[in-house]
Amino acid sequence: MKSPAITGLGAITPAGRGVEVSWHRVVDGKPTAALDEMLAAADVPVALCCRVPDFDADAEVGRGASRRLDRFTHLAVLAATEALAQAGLVDDDGRIIGADPDRVAIVLGSGIGGAETWASEYPSFLANGPGRVSPTFIPRMLSNTAAGTIAIRTGARGPNVTVNTACAAGATAIHVARDLVRSGTADVAIAGGVEAGITALSVSAFNQMGALSRNPDPSTASRPFDIDRDGFVMGEGAGVVVVESAKHAKGRGATVLGRVAGVGASADAHHATAPSPDGGGAILAMRRALADADLDPSDIGHVNAHGTSTPLNDHAEALAIRTVFGADADRLAVSSTKGVTGHLLGGAGAVEAIFALLALRSQLAPPTAGLHRLDPEIDLDVVADTARDMKLDAVMTNSFGFGGQNASLVLTR
Amino acid sequence: MQELYTRLADILTSQFGVDESALTPTATFEALELDSLDLVEITLVVDDELGVRIPDDRLEDIVTVQDAVDVIAELSGVAA
Repeated sequence: MKSPAITGLGAITPAGRGVEVSWHRVVDGKPTAALDEMLAAADVPVALCCRVPDFDADAEVGRGASRRLDRFTHLAVLAATEALAQAGLVDDDGRIIGADPDRVAIVLGSGIGGAETWASEYPSFLANGPGRVSPTFIPRMLSNTAAGTIAIRTGARGPNVTVNTACAAGATAIHVARDLVRSGTADVAIAGGVEAGITALSVSAFNQMGALSRNPDPSTASRPFDIDRDGFVMGEGAGVVVVESAKHAKGRGATVLGRVAGVGASADAHHATAPSPDGGGAILAMRRALADADLDPSDIGHVNAHGTSTPLNDHAEALAIRTVFGADADRLAVSSTKGVTGHLLGGAGAVEAIFALLALRSQLAPPTAGLHRLDPEIDLDVVADTARDMKLDAVMTNSFGFGGQNASLVLTR
Repeated sequence: MQELYTRLADILTSQFGVDESALTPTATFEALELDSLDLVEITLVVDDELGVRIPDDRLEDIVTVQDAVDVIAELSGVAA
């Protein structure tokens, strides 16, 4: 039985509105970090972040969207709309066609959920009291609302699940979606990750932890695997893929863009935020994904690394990749697209799965923007400067979340 | 009373995205695609802007826009 297929892709990222635009910017290696007026006005010491292009929620998501839905739900809906359109699974009203809606599942990942809702409602509560709290605070804030909203709009009545493995959530969602399809519970699973967590509070909090780059230069703040890396740049965005059983895709003549060949997950069991320095959990996740795909390390030509640009992650991840791949790591083109997009937190794993798939389809590994001098302790071939054309049969994408929650995906044609 | 209607209509169009063309005294909130959560939200705005707090137990009396105007009028002691 063939691995579940990917039949649709959708994204809204700092690199652009839509998958094609985002991918082109990633291939060009142009960082998207910029000074954010809101953060600067709030005196947040780190005011660089990566924002998606402006959009009119009421016009594009639907009337009342700006009032009844948090920004994270807006982003998820926009990405899902693109993915479902490409998959040919929705009619002009956005309702599921070409599949039994009762067998269409939705799995999304998000680390924070309705961050902007908290940011606007809590001060109002403090100022005006309990009687003034918005009755829509709960549905706007809950991190499962994006997945629920997509179901309401499409009529999909399969299992509807929201996962949180922090920075791995987008990849974990694809893992769970794959399992739902492979087990026969769903024919189609709309899977993805989203984060719209750029608020003064959350950026301040990440900064207080020392997780963010304090480099004010937008073109080098996010510099994965670089000797001078000093933290990540916060981003926002959503990525959605349509995972579909091979049989169902074939039956309706869907275009197969790629396949979820293998998934692997693990926990570091080490620390609330720092990765296990020996890369232990990451090693387990990658090995599990390879075994699940029934592939050897030598079959993988490119890895879209988690590569956050933090001193700890990049070092531990490099060690883990070298351990898993051994000598085969010499022929592995490693890239971190976070050099362009920044860190999309819960959205990263899904957006990067899309970039990994496009690398496979384009037969090239994108560059790691911001990387000027490879850290000598990073014993890997990290693609810098420009994209590298190469023959690729299978790719891997890694995502490692706070709390030591790891996800690795292997994608094939 | 007309003034109350106008002020409520303004709130509905400017803050709740209601189409002006759909807004009539006999229009139901349901037809205007405003649900029970929206109705509670509307009472908060009405309290802020018109100084009248519609208690929760009166919400079930409010089906049309005119019903809302009537309740607001009653609670604010405005002659009908």
